[in-house]
Amino acid sequence: MSAFDVEVDTSGLNCPLPVLKARKALADMSAGQKLHLIVTDKGANKDIPAFCKMTGNQLVENYEQAGKLHFILEKGA
Amino acid sequence: MAKKLAIIASKGTLDGAYPPFLLASTAAALGFEAKIFFTFYGLQLLKKDLSLKVSPLGNPAMPMPVPVPSLIQVIPGMEAFATWMMKRKLKSKGVASVEELRSICLESEVELIACQMTVDLFDFKHEDFIDGISSGGAATFLEFASDADITLYI
Repeated sequence: MSAFDVEVDTSGLNCPLPVLKARKALADMSAGQKLHLIVTDKGANKDIPAFCKMTGNQLVENYEQAGKLHFILEKGA
Repeated sequence: MAKKLAIIASKGTLDGAYPPFLLASTAAALGFEAKIFFTFYGLQLLKKDLSLKVSPLGNPAMPMPVPVPSLIQVIPGMEAFATWMMKRKLKSKGVASVEELRSICLESEVELIACQMTVDLFDFKHEDFIDGISSGGAATFLEFASDADITLYI
């Protein structure tokens, strides 16, 4: 797992809250910083890449561990 | 330039409240400029006190724990029961409340526009509605929608 600067755990929350919480966390971060987002909403496998694509943030890594989805997002410039 | 989302919200039920607020808040998170135009029963979604309900009556697709015939669904209390059931379900599945999604819309600068004609039609008062909304008519919506990337009627 890559290093990260901020961690947001959205376990138990459903669409669209993981995306909204990711956006909120990224708003307070600076370009190049990394966000570790933990999600249990299975739709996130499609939604988080779509969010990254639309917002210019980069999805650096994603994996599943113990039934949870983990995403490392790097804030874009 | 930011993409634009234009929504007309015409339903005032608990289930009808989700699509406009959910899509607009997510659109804002994706960098869209989003506006929702609330007309007819959709105006209920702008009330300070939301008392939104869902009814199984006339809605055969609504999942119920046991089949309930239409004749039983008219019994007083059935609508309140169905609403309570739906709210409990939404909460247990980690779905945001309508109030929460509406607040996120306001925080993320989604413009909420009350249709002035239907406000007058139903004798609603502006003090019935939450702060931070605007009002307008058909031309207001069409001007924005003419330039929008996505336009939805809900």
